[in-house]
Amino acid sequence: MVDDKTHDRILEVENLSVEFSTYGGDVKAVRGVSFGVNRGETLAIVGESGCGKSVTVQSIMGIIPMPPGRITGGSARLNGMELLGLSAKESNKFRGVQIGMIFQDPMTSLNPTMTIGDQIAETLRVHRNKSYKEASALAVELLEKTHIPEAEKRAKQYPFEFSGGMLQRAMIAQSLACNPSVLIADEPTTALDVTIQAQILELMSELQRTENMSIILITHDLAVVAKMADEVAVMYAGQIVESGAVDDIFYHSSHPYTLGLKKAMPRNTGERKQKLMPIIGSPPDLFSPPTGCGYFARCPYAMKICETRQPENFPIVQDDDHHAMCWLQHEDAPVTKELHQNHASIDHAG
Amino acid sequence: MLVKTEELRKYFKIGRGQRLHAVDGVSIEIEQNEILGLVGESGSGKSTFGKTLIGLHARTSGEAFYNGQRLPAKFSSEDHLHYSQELQMIFQDPYSSLNPRMTVLDIVGEGLQIQGKHTRTQIRELVAQWLTKVGLNSDHMSRYPHEFSGGQRQRIGIARAMIIEPRFVVCDEPISALDVSVQAQVINLLDDLKKSMGLTLLFIAHDLSMVRYVSDRMAVMYLGTVVETGPADDVFFEPQHPYTQLLIESNPEPDPKSERARSHVPIKGEITSPVNVQPGCRFADRCPKVMEHCHNTSPPVVSTSSSHTVACHLFA
Repeated sequence: MVDDKTHDRILEVENLSVEFSTYGGDVKAVRGVSFGVNRGETLAIVGESGCGKSVTVQSIMGIIPMPPGRITGGSARLNGMELLGLSAKESNKFRGVQIGMIFQDPMTSLNPTMTIGDQIAETLRVHRNKSYKEASALAVELLEKTHIPEAEKRAKQYPFEFSGGMLQRAMIAQSLACNPSVLIADEPTTALDVTIQAQILELMSELQRTENMSIILITHDLAVVAKMADEVAVMYAGQIVESGAVDDIFYHSSHPYTLGLKKAMPRNTGERKQKLMPIIGSPPDLFSPPTGCGYFARCPYAMKICETRQPENFPIVQDDDHHAMCWLQHEDAPVTKELHQNHASIDHAG
Repeated sequence: MLVKTEELRKYFKIGRGQRLHAVDGVSIEIEQNEILGLVGESGSGKSTFGKTLIGLHARTSGEAFYNGQRLPAKFSSEDHLHYSQELQMIFQDPYSSLNPRMTVLDIVGEGLQIQGKHTRTQIRELVAQWLTKVGLNSDHMSRYPHEFSGGQRQRIGIARAMIIEPRFVVCDEPISALDVSVQAQVINLLDDLKKSMGLTLLFIAHDLSMVRYVSDRMAVMYLGTVVETGPADDVFFEPQHPYTQLLIESNPEPDPKSERARSHVPIKGEITSPVNVQPGCRFADRCPKVMEHCHNTSPPVVSTSSSHTVACHLFA
């Protein structure tokens, strides 16, 4: 174990802000997001559509179209090296090499006119200066690593000849080509059936162990988070509203939005079924984000201050890695029944 | 019993003399005011079954009954007009299932207009009422589908089906395109409508936890056949068929502690093609408990309790 956790940080993102220019004005898609990823661990970024989770990782990878996109502030350092604002040539040196990425829809992310083997070999030729022959042989090895049966034969096939699950394996094989230290997986199993999802998640965990990779998992599915994550960041309206170790997020939920997500899902605890509690309303308009808390309009616990002042990112006492951006964590806030609050927990503990 | 099928089959011709066995002998029963959840992987034929049941596809063979009457194998336009007053459908994709060139008033009111029993003003009033019932605003009537979010569109789709006051509705993956917080709204809405209108639903979905939550009974499909049926909780907590067991094992829970306690045995293989199916059990190739004769003879349907049936040689 490393004494100082920051030494084990492989990727550190600070105060990242991203805007998109549209005809309707500027959309503030990401509003000051900070997080870190430790070596060999999985960070899950969870949130609903439009919360900015994909834009966050795409900005780090340098793959948002600019214009209309614009990184308006912040930094992202991989092993101390700044990634934001690199030229196209410079970012090609880390993109796909030190950070690999897989996407939700493997069918549209792979080239339909190239064989699977050639696509993986291309990565190896470009980034690792392999000859065509070497690269092709390595591509087959990579396919075997992701447990694709008859890898040699499959390498000569085109994407349309693969099922969704097999394509996702092929994409993982391609992303592993340069032994990346970080793998970004953007909703990797959303398009897959539950049995195939289990296979792909199992494969990702296995590769993480053998390659000592860090994974950033983007998902909307709390069940996938529970299965995969070490650390969790919950995003809402372009901000991380709660972050911490997976158990803290699930068992000591400290932001009303996290609690709301949990209560909107059915739980399979043999007891009597509890009625699902939807989150009423919709996320705020990010053309003109609210001055106060983004969740104010939907929050069952909203207070007066929430409307006008942006909450601070309060640490939750028992673990300084657990933070929630919510005024209810202020020591003067009233104690609520279901929410885990730092000042309330002292009383319970005492 | 409101809806019943006997050995319902739907094959599609796909050229070169080949046939795709989308639905291959499905017999189910749905009681009045019951929600039957139908789960299975993509390609298992659950949507085709739902559509064939209410006449959107002509069936290849087998029987379908509604309220004791035999439904025609191929619906004529009169049949459609007649049965659409009682049988309705809610579609999966809230984007492609609404005509982008029609206003919400026209979309939701179209069914009533075709029935021809209401005046234009009455239709307007009913549409306004239904929009409010599904949680939209009656001012939304003159808007077009693109002005709404996915969840709102799904409500428009629900209002369109429910305004007819049908007795039986096929819900084909009504929530899989929606965010978690919105899913709960739509599910609660369907549940309320079921209670207030005495509806009977066939709820097709691949989200096992949600199907268990919504349904009274559950049926599990694999490659065109039903492998297990029973009360939703029985099937979920005590699955009998090896395929159902595999499905439930693969279904993650939003609970880190129970996920860590889960055995990590990756399940091998993928659903095979329903073209040129072999005799015997459809699941034999992937089954961890496969026996010699599973490959040759179709499994019998066995009752493991008064309400729980399994199609598997292990129970024969």
